[in-house]
Amino acid sequence: MRLSGEWYDLRDLGNIVAGLIRDIDDIGAPDWSIYVVSSLIGAVGILLWTILSVLAFIWIERRVVALMQNRKGPNRVGPAGLLQPVADALKLLLKEAITPRSADKVLFWAGPVLIFVPTLAVFAVLPFAPKMILADLNVGVLFLIAIAGINTPAVFLAGWSSNNKYALLGAMRTIAMLISYEIIQVLALLGPVLFAGTMRLSGIVEWQDHYNTWLLFIQPVGILGYIIAGAVETNRSPMDIAEAESEIVAGYHTEYGGIKFGFFYQAEYLAGFAIAGAIVAMYMGGWTLWGAENYIPPWLIFLGKLYGVFFIYIWTRGTLPRLRIDQLMAFAWKFLLPIMLVNVMVVAAEVLIWRENEIDPEVALPAIGLVNFFFGAALVMAWARFLGHGKGKMKGERALLTKEVGRIYFGTETSR
Amino acid sequence: MDDAGIIIAFYVLAAMTVGSAVAVVVVRNLIHAVVALIGTFAGVAGLYVTLSADFIAITQILIYIGAISILFLFAIVLTPQSGRTNQEGFLRIPAAALCALITGVLAYVALDTNWSIRDGDGFQETASQIGVLLLDKYVLPFEIASALLLVAIVGAIVLVSPEPAEED
Repeated sequence: MRLSGEWYDLRDLGNIVAGLIRDIDDIGAPDWSIYVVSSLIGAVGILLWTILSVLAFIWIERRVVALMQNRKGPNRVGPAGLLQPVADALKLLLKEAITPRSADKVLFWAGPVLIFVPTLAVFAVLPFAPKMILADLNVGVLFLIAIAGINTPAVFLAGWSSNNKYALLGAMRTIAMLISYEIIQVLALLGPVLFAGTMRLSGIVEWQDHYNTWLLFIQPVGILGYIIAGAVETNRSPMDIAEAESEIVAGYHTEYGGIKFGFFYQAEYLAGFAIAGAIVAMYMGGWTLWGAENYIPPWLIFLGKLYGVFFIYIWTRGTLPRLRIDQLMAFAWKFLLPIMLVNVMVVAAEVLIWRENEIDPEVALPAIGLVNFFFGAALVMAWARFLGHGKGKMKGERALLTKEVGRIYFGTETSR
Repeated sequence: MDDAGIIIAFYVLAAMTVGSAVAVVVVRNLIHAVVALIGTFAGVAGLYVTLSADFIAITQILIYIGAISILFLFAIVLTPQSGRTNQEGFLRIPAAALCALITGVLAYVALDTNWSIRDGDGFQETASQIGVLLLDKYVLPFEIASALLLVAIVGAIVLVSPEPAEED
């Protein structure tokens, strides 16, 4: 049955709110009450959704990663371990919140809050459905990046205030990583903005709906860069050197326990959802699904896509090993940055040619997509070869430490 | 009712900005001073929002809170001499005099200028207009700034890159 858009059509949650706001308007309440009501409903709704999603995905992620690694995963609390996240959350809540004696008390307490709040604020601009956007800013894309950028000083404060060497080193690593990949993120998001000609997230979704395509197909290099930069933003492997257990205990939150650690943990998940949401809105058509949005509630389509993208991050976490810090930085500055810069220039030229000559979008968009795909693939391969990662040059050298230990014990380097 | 809201917002944000700015000077711990500075940046961003300057507000958060504050933090952490204290220096009196001078000039300009008041037309998108102006009317300053930044980047790389190893 088609979605009618009436308030009693409960499949589209936005309708109820829209109806309520219309009623408030009708009884002649002052202007500000509409803002108050809609922002309250939106904020509470987003908060509830994030808490439920995080609880669900703690279980899903642990089970899926366990499946990938041939383990069982949580299977004791409740049927099939379903209540494990609840037990974990209760444990974190009841644990004693220890503050180290030498820590900076105020900043130690402020760290988790300063990381959690901006991560939550990102959801305000995500277009869940046509009527379900808390704040449809016309600089939404910039807002995404800027608010995520507040995390950077917050991470430093958390690491520094712990007064712990591992925490400070972890914080420095995280900051270096976040700042480098923030540039990649900005360049990756420039592509969709150039095509759609707006920074409003709902505008980008509508552009994709209008031309009946996903920017994913037109911007393959962009989505690649954004997924990689997103993995850094969310601290997930292969980019999880922020909390490389084998090297620096747990990174910047080494000293945090109990609910304070819970905040970091949840913020990490929220950042993952936010990145997935941004990918869905900007590259995968948001709430549209080629006409199906008239029958299925748009917010369900959006959430389905969002969870699908988030699954990629679970997948990589379960399968890929961790990069070293120098490899990660070199990858950002030497490999990704030049490629993304060239990509932005190519996209700008394509959009300009398309607009100036008024080419039929039926012809122009597939052509641009094909050009970008093959050009992007050629660019990545050529640049990799230029940097010495091409075919035939992979020597499979041993890790530095192994070499050094071998040299100490055997005098010379042993043969493989 | 709308006016009251914006006036309350202005005074709250102004108090936040000025209070944090005072804290930057008064606080003894340098890292705490940087945190207070971040508060100032956030307050200024909020003031931009009340002025409907959405693009400038977001850019303020992106550049100042996300990048400049990190620069300060790194400078403090990587400078052992500065220690962790916000010590008093011998430049106290000249600094106070300079601050008083700048405050005086700003106050004089603010009071003396014949501000034009616009009303009626509500919120307008500023991002696209700024973009057009940057590449049209103000293209020269824009390009000069880009060249300056490029020179700074190259200079930084030259400064920190190790000396080339001598061939035996």
